[in-house]
Amino acid sequence: MREKKFSVIGKPLRKVDALAKSTGDTRYADDLELSRMLYGKLLRSPLPHARIRGIKTDRAAKLKGVYAVITGADLPERFGIMPSTQDEEALAGEKVRHVGDPVAAVAASSEAVAEESLKLIEVDYEPLKPILSIEEALACTEESERIHAWNRRANIQKAVSFEFGDVVQGFAQADQIFEDTFFFQGNAHLPMEQHCALAQYGPEDKLTIWSSTQTPHYLHRALSKVLKLPMSRIRVIAAPVGGGFGGKSDPFSHEMCASKLAMITGRPVKFTLTREETFYVHRGRHPVKMWIRTGVKNDGTLQAMHFRSFLDGGGYSSYGLATVYYTGALQTVSYKLPVYKFEGVRVFTNKPPCGPKRGHGTPQPRFALEVHLDKIADKLGIDPVELRLKQLVEPDSITVNGLRVSTTGLRECIEKAAARAEWKKKFHQLPYGRGIGFAASAYISGAGLPIYWNGMPHSGVQIRLDRGGGITVFCGSTDIGQGSDSILAYVVAEEFGVDPADIRVVTADTDLTPVDLGSYSSRVTVMTGNAAIQACRKLKEMLFQVAGEALEVPVDDLEMAEGKVRSQSYPKRAISFAECVEKAETKFGTLGATGSYSPPKYPANYKGSGVGLTPAYSYSASIVELSCDPETAEIKVEKVWIAHDCGRAFNPLLVEGQSEGSVYMALGEALMEEQVFRKNGLHKFPSILDYKSPTTLETPEIETILIETNDPEGPYGAKEAGQGFLLPVIPAVANALFDAIGVRIDELPITPDKVLRALEGRLKPVSVPSFDFPPPIKWRPGEGVEVPQKS
Amino acid sequence: MLRLPDFTYIRPKSLKEAGRLLAELGPEAMAVAGGTDLYPKMKRGQFTPRYLVSLRFLPELRGIRPGSKEGMWIGAGETLTVVAKNPAVNKRFPALAHAAGSVSTPALRNMGTIGGNVFVDTRCNYYDQTFFWRQAAGFCMKKDGDICLVAPKSKSCLAVFSSDTAPVLCSLGAVALLAGPDGLRKLPFEQIYRDDGMHFVTKRDDELLRAILIPRAAFGQRNVYLKLRRRGSFDFPVLGVAAAMALDREGICRSARVVLTAVASAPVVVEEASRLLEGKKVSREMIEAVAEAAAKVSHPVDNVDLDYWYRKRMTRVYVKRALAELTGLKLETEKVPQEPVKDEKGP
Repeated sequence: MREKKFSVIGKPLRKVDALAKSTGDTRYADDLELSRMLYGKLLRSPLPHARIRGIKTDRAAKLKGVYAVITGADLPERFGIMPSTQDEEALAGEKVRHVGDPVAAVAASSEAVAEESLKLIEVDYEPLKPILSIEEALACTEESERIHAWNRRANIQKAVSFEFGDVVQGFAQADQIFEDTFFFQGNAHLPMEQHCALAQYGPEDKLTIWSSTQTPHYLHRALSKVLKLPMSRIRVIAAPVGGGFGGKSDPFSHEMCASKLAMITGRPVKFTLTREETFYVHRGRHPVKMWIRTGVKNDGTLQAMHFRSFLDGGGYSSYGLATVYYTGALQTVSYKLPVYKFEGVRVFTNKPPCGPKRGHGTPQPRFALEVHLDKIADKLGIDPVELRLKQLVEPDSITVNGLRVSTTGLRECIEKAAARAEWKKKFHQLPYGRGIGFAASAYISGAGLPIYWNGMPHSGVQIRLDRGGGITVFCGSTDIGQGSDSILAYVVAEEFGVDPADIRVVTADTDLTPVDLGSYSSRVTVMTGNAAIQACRKLKEMLFQVAGEALEVPVDDLEMAEGKVRSQSYPKRAISFAECVEKAETKFGTLGATGSYSPPKYPANYKGSGVGLTPAYSYSASIVELSCDPETAEIKVEKVWIAHDCGRAFNPLLVEGQSEGSVYMALGEALMEEQVFRKNGLHKFPSILDYKSPTTLETPEIETILIETNDPEGPYGAKEAGQGFLLPVIPAVANALFDAIGVRIDELPITPDKVLRALEGRLKPVSVPSFDFPPPIKWRPGEGVEVPQKS
Repeated sequence: MLRLPDFTYIRPKSLKEAGRLLAELGPEAMAVAGGTDLYPKMKRGQFTPRYLVSLRFLPELRGIRPGSKEGMWIGAGETLTVVAKNPAVNKRFPALAHAAGSVSTPALRNMGTIGGNVFVDTRCNYYDQTFFWRQAAGFCMKKDGDICLVAPKSKSCLAVFSSDTAPVLCSLGAVALLAGPDGLRKLPFEQIYRDDGMHFVTKRDDELLRAILIPRAAFGQRNVYLKLRRRGSFDFPVLGVAAAMALDREGICRSARVVLTAVASAPVVVEEASRLLEGKKVSREMIEAVAEAAAKVSHPVDNVDLDYWYRKRMTRVYVKRALAELTGLKLETEKVPQEPVKDEKGP
């Protein structure tokens, strides 16, 4: 086919679900009502760490309106998102591990009755000493102090260690060595929609569950395991999700309990979590302490880096196994780094479990790295923008830890952002109290490996053509507001030369749609886009064949545009798309095709090399201008410039929307949000009023600059455009504050009291615990073989 | 979601009937106007009334009379939006307009009333929690328990007085018109409050706030309200400074009042302000002295947003800025002890 201009891709079109969402027509999980439906509630532990001696539920079960009460004994099978760390229970069996850990579930005729019945359940707890910090977890090494029994070393979920290149020699070649410590506080996703699941168990022994989930396929597998039902008997439908940000990517207790209670009662059962419960379910950003040591030449060239991270995981593993690797994986993909050592450890604590949040495990090290580089630039007297520009990773290269970079638009991102923000004019030149800061970053466009080891596609798309010219696209992908349904419509419309509004998109239903692994790791556009193109092209082959015959035009002269199949040379020689479909169905029979996508093979093969791999890296650069009142230390962000290499913007309007949402979220994490706990393990303020997240009033003007590098692996060249924007904004805020008032805050969030303390020289540096890391896995580029590896 | 418990809602036709109903029903009943604070607290089990007596539609509580003989009369049932937008309030008492307009969010100001705001329940992050949370924490004396979780040795509750409008009314010498069984009673706002997080209002239980009267004496006074909070919306004050000052033609201060909110369980009048400023031409040094005095009487504790150490520090800064705004004196920004690094290199 000849190169043609895009008709849909690159246009600022409306999202396919925009009208339904703005008119209130969208039916989220909690909007669903089924006849005879019951309401479920979970009884949650008030203690952070305790053994369960016994549970008495008979009084609750006798309450009028209560249909069933279940406890851990009813759902003993453990589950968890990662196959090797299945340490969660739908209802705690022997012990509870954080305040809010569920111990019993009821189904009743109303939420009020369900709530009332919880008060009648008696749980006999034997309180255990809670572990509430990274330091405590590392110190509690006695068997008796364990939070979990399965892990090798008490309270250490996972410790990893890598050495890429000769570290001793690397540091020996450096003119100067810099060392810093940082702390990134945990924070929550705070989607507007609270989690909800509605389950129905039919007379044919089939279970259907509607849930606000980002990962219906992984939920499908987990339900099958816990309920001991074959997957063929379970149908998972992801209802439209009112915001996910990573917080709805795990299989959850309320999903298991809704299903089990529906099976017991024979009635539909719905659970909707309260805002408070979402803080206990959590899976938010890990609190991470970090230590970084870098050797540089006097001109700022990086020689060697040693990075350590300590993750506070909370009570369960969740995605933690991946998270700990992610805190060390992507330091190497933005700037050339010849030697790199990484050590990371994730500990269990008696707090709600942490998991993936936008940027999954990479915003914390990115904050540390970019502030650290800003300090180095300052000490060496080099402009921080120049320091980066002189050592950017080249396109088509392999990093020291074996990650393959295809295209990179980082140089253009940095240069454009600096130009738009008038960096040279402003840096070091603004009056005291006003400052400008810079940072850059990289992110993955989809994880290179699936969560569970298998050789099947990561994404599948099926397309069916109707005799009337209608097109229906089926895909397991889940629209969580990011626009993945629209992406499918755009791709298929582009391929068939029709209006996206004429395409029906059916997604996230395990009975109807081929598997897509879910909306996480910014994988959806790249993977579903490629799968959709493949399916379209199979159908186009048939359509072109019949059109060529009908129009007496060679197939390679045909194109699809404006609802027609036509000759490119003589565009008037055309038949309508619908007519072409009719002819094709006459010739070939019922028309349908599938397409699928698996990421390419990767260069590295060491154990742990699976995390950080991706079809393509996105790159971002951000400049933040802010003012800080030196008397009150109140910070006002004046403007944020963000340049992002998204490969190709399918819809610039949607990409800008993702950009602005990311910047907003980043500012919240940088300046105010924190998931903090009292000594008794209670979340300090599990409410949307007292957990401080910025409002529109705190959100500054945001200027998004899109850079298109047309990556060969992406559909039409696209990379991710959902998470990467968040990463550079947080360190840019910290760097801008230093430019404004000359103090460094190395611990997030940057609150006014910390700034004031720092101004008075009273802010202590972040302390980092000592830990005996395992001996490192050593690897050098070139040592690998070209096969994907199990992580 | 959190469900609102069952209750009986009664809508009386007059203020008198409302008062009678509340007296008859006793402690099981509560009055409700906008309900913006009350209903969420019922969901969390902080308030557990069986009966709610609505004040929402009572004509006696309505109206703003800007130039009545005694001063400006503001019906207690007027919404915060109405008060914040009223031209006469904006002209004479911009502090009050700003305070009313800074409460919570636009939607809640459309429901919430000024009467509700002056008596808004004191706040504490051990108390403003769900039943589950409070049970897990161990109940506090303000609801269901017997100790103060902020300071276990404290004999009284340390919940924080969190009204934005009350400190402004205190600073203007405003008077509450209380309707009781024996008719109307006038009580200056300054005397209505008590520094006790549980019993922070001294009015009798059978009295309802009918209106607020800002006396004519306050009409010529310059006034200002500065509010410290994390965000530009939603948040309650974690420090508020209301200041009012009368200056004569020679620029001599004839009266000066500074009142703090959200640093105790009641508004805190900075007595030193009147003593130091009245009868004098206000200087920068005097402002500094008042600010210093205000910081001394500001006693925030660790039970609302932002570090209490920081809130105490900000009392001085906010009072200074409030008085600078009233007097038009330009203050120098505080010298920062540490030399900024960028100055070393110079641009």
